[in-house]
Formats: sequence, structure tokens, C-alpha cells
Amino acid sequence: MTTPTPTPTRFEVNGKPVEVEVEPRTTLADCLRHQLRLTGTHVGCEHGVCGACTVIVDGDAVRSCLMLAVQAEARRVLTVEGLSGDDALSPLQAAFRKHSALQCGFCTPGMLATAHALLSDEPDADADRIREVLSGNLCRCTGYIPIVEAVLEARTAYRSARKGEPR
Amino acid sequence: MKLPQFDYARPDTLADAVALLAAHAGAAKPLAGGQSLVPLLAFRLAAPKLLVDLGRLPGLDRIDVGDGGVRLGAMVRWRAIEDDARLAGAHPLLAAAIAHVAHYPIRNRGTVGGSLAHADPAAEMPGIAVTCDATIGVVGAGGQRSIDAAAFFLGPLTTALAPDELIVEVGLPPWPRARRWAFEEFARRRGDFALAGVALYYDEDESRRACNAHIGVIGAGPAPRRIAAAEAELNGRKVDDKAIAAAAAAAQAAVDPADDLHASAAYRKALVATLIERALRRAAE
Repeated sequence: MTTPTPTPTRFEVNGKPVEVEVEPRTTLADCLRHQLRLTGTHVGCEHGVCGACTVIVDGDAVRSCLMLAVQAEARRVLTVEGLSGDDALSPLQAAFRKHSALQCGFCTPGMLATAHALLSDEPDADADRIREVLSGNLCRCTGYIPIVEAVLEARTAYRSARKGEPR
Repeated sequence: MKLPQFDYARPDTLADAVALLAAHAGAAKPLAGGQSLVPLLAFRLAAPKLLVDLGRLPGLDRIDVGDGGVRLGAMVRWRAIEDDARLAGAHPLLAAAIAHVAHYPIRNRGTVGGSLAHADPAAEMPGIAVTCDATIGVVGAGGQRSIDAAAFFLGPLTTALAPDELIVEVGLPPWPRARRWAFEEFARRRGDFALAGVALYYDEDESRRACNAHIGVIGAGPAPRRIAAAEAELNGRKVDDKAIAAAAAAAQAAVDPADDLHASAAYRKALVATLIERALRRAAE
């Protein structure tokens, strides 16, 4: 049996171009964490159930444990590290803090990535829609209610951001 | 678990993809959205030598709506079906069923062709294909062929596809505007695989009696299937309480689910009856 050769793969992460050599079996989640040292993306179940590893690829929330790094070729990847600068929380993150929408924090990067993708597309999402979308992300601490409250509050910032940009 | 080792190819044409599959005689697997295959790899239930990534093949992500019905390219993602405003009129049963497929991030990657080829007994798309007499267009080293959905799903994760064949599209026959229909499923968490589900439709003659009844069940047997005994209870009759109860009872008797850790066989049989009753009441409204 031949050993699969590392495959050069180029894509963009949080606005910066990256080039990595990955085995085809490397998931995008493991590539982000182990090769790019972006450990904000968490890996829980490794088979698409828990949602902890959710990142944003070309604007869409996706499971980074169910996407191979080689499939990210030429794509734009946004991780939790790219949601805000070093100095200040994004409005979504600030709302999570205000509402205590996290406790142990393990699910939080996936929650933030999913909610960011949702509100970027649908800044008027109602509580039912938010619950439906977040149903793919497991949290064992909060009971979800503060998370939904935080996402509801963050809508204001996404609405005004949307008015500012041409679509 | 981490995935087993495999090689990876990303062909630019359908012909190249088929040639790669044919050259590896059963040791290669096509990779569409990866939302079913990658978990199988993580569980080490599949260990292909080569993954053939279909992600950059042109033209497979089209949704065509016309007089001949609805054609979905194999690489159409759930999100695209959800976002296509034409489908609510052109095939409302499809649109309603696909609204139940998986969770938001998975819907952004999962594909029609991937779901058909994976053939999970509880998956919605195979259920819709069987219920609606769809044809599945495939291409292989020997050329193209069409497979009736009824002959496509052979058992859990088992289809009539040859190792060198790829799904290209699925075609759903035209949908009359006045058709009565409903989709019902029960899952412990919305977006999870259903414990059981029902897709059904019927037309009505001048005296408002049902005809052309199609009742499909998912999650209650090795593959999605139509329940002829339940359909027979509707055809030629008015869909009233009596006919609904008779169809539900016939389906409960006809399905043969297994016990598993999510539900007993008896529970699933009763669930099928309940879902058929709910669906027929909705359809008849």
C-alpha cells in the first residue's frame, strides 16, 4: 500500500492566504488546529453531530470535521479567531458575555460561527428560526436559553451592518 | 476517530471521474458533500483506497423546473432546494420533506446525489424518490442509464449503483396543482434522522374520490418503500375518517421494522400508523 502523499493546499483563513501540506484524510478542523494553530475551533464528536467545530466557508456555516482540508482549496475560511480583532469583542460575542451564554466554553466557537453565518444572511431571524438553526449545536451547560437571547440581541448590529454595505 | 488513509483526486470532468472509479474497481468512493461519507470514514465503516471528489465537476448543481417535472442535479445542496422559490409550487412535497433534512451547517454541504447513494433507510430524499416514482440518472464506464427509484434502494446503505457508476441527476414527474399531499416525520430532535416518516399524495376524481394514491414510508424497514396495501384503502374512496383509519392500519401491518437502540419495532409500527393518519388528515384539509 502506498502512503498517501501530503497534498499542497492553498486557501484563505480569516482574510490571510495560507498554504499547507496535508494528507487527504486530514479534516479541515484538524488542519486549522494542528497545522495552523488556530485552536479556537473545537473538536467534539468528530462525526458531525455536536457542532463544536463549525466554521464558515465562503459565507456558509459548515462542520469542519466533515470537510477535508484538501476540499478547502481556493475557499475562504472564517474561524472564531476571525470574528473580532484582538482588542474588542464583536457585538455577537459581547451579547454572549452579557447574557452569560457560555459556561465551560467548549461549544462556544461553534455557536458563534453558526450564529454569525445566520445573522449575516438573516439579520431578522426570529427566536424560532434561531432555535432551529442552533439545534445542530450541542451545549451541555447553559440550557440554550441565554444563547438564544444573546443571538436575538445581536441582530441589531447585523441589521445596521447590512444597511451600510451594498448587496 | 481520525479518518483512515486514502488517496484523493479532484477531477474536472465527469468522464475523468468515472474513469477513476472504473480504474479502481470498487476500491474508490465518490465524495460529494461528505456529510454521510465522512462520518462513515470516521467510524471506520468505510475504508476506500481513493476518494474521487465531485466538488468541482461542472453542471451537476442545477435545479430544472419544467413541463417534464423537476430535475435535481446530483450536486444540488439541501440549502439550494430550500432557497429555490419555484419548488413550493412545482413540487411542494419535495420542498416540505427537504425542510427536515439534517441541521443548518450540514444542509450547506449535503447533496441530493450523496443522500441517494448513501441510502440511509430513514433519509428523506430516497423516500421522496421512491414515493414519487422518480428516475435516477447515472453514468458509468459503460455509458448512461436510468434506474427507477423503486429498484434503486436494495437495503441499508445498499443501492443498485455499480462501483464505477455515479449519480448525475434525479427526475421527479410533473406535479398537478390540485394534488393533495403531506409529509410527516418524527425525530427526537428536529434535523436528526427520523424514527419514521411518511410522504404521501393522491389525486381526486370528479366525485372527489381519491385516485393514484402514493404512500411512502422511511425509517421503518431496510429501505424506503411504498405501501400498496395502504394505497389500496384510499383509491376509489373518499378520504374520510374511515378510509384514513383503514390506510393507517394497513400500513402498520405491512411495515417490518427492526428493534434498535432508538425504538422498538412495535413502537415504529405504531408510529407509522400515527404519521399516516396525521398526514392524510393534513392532505384532506
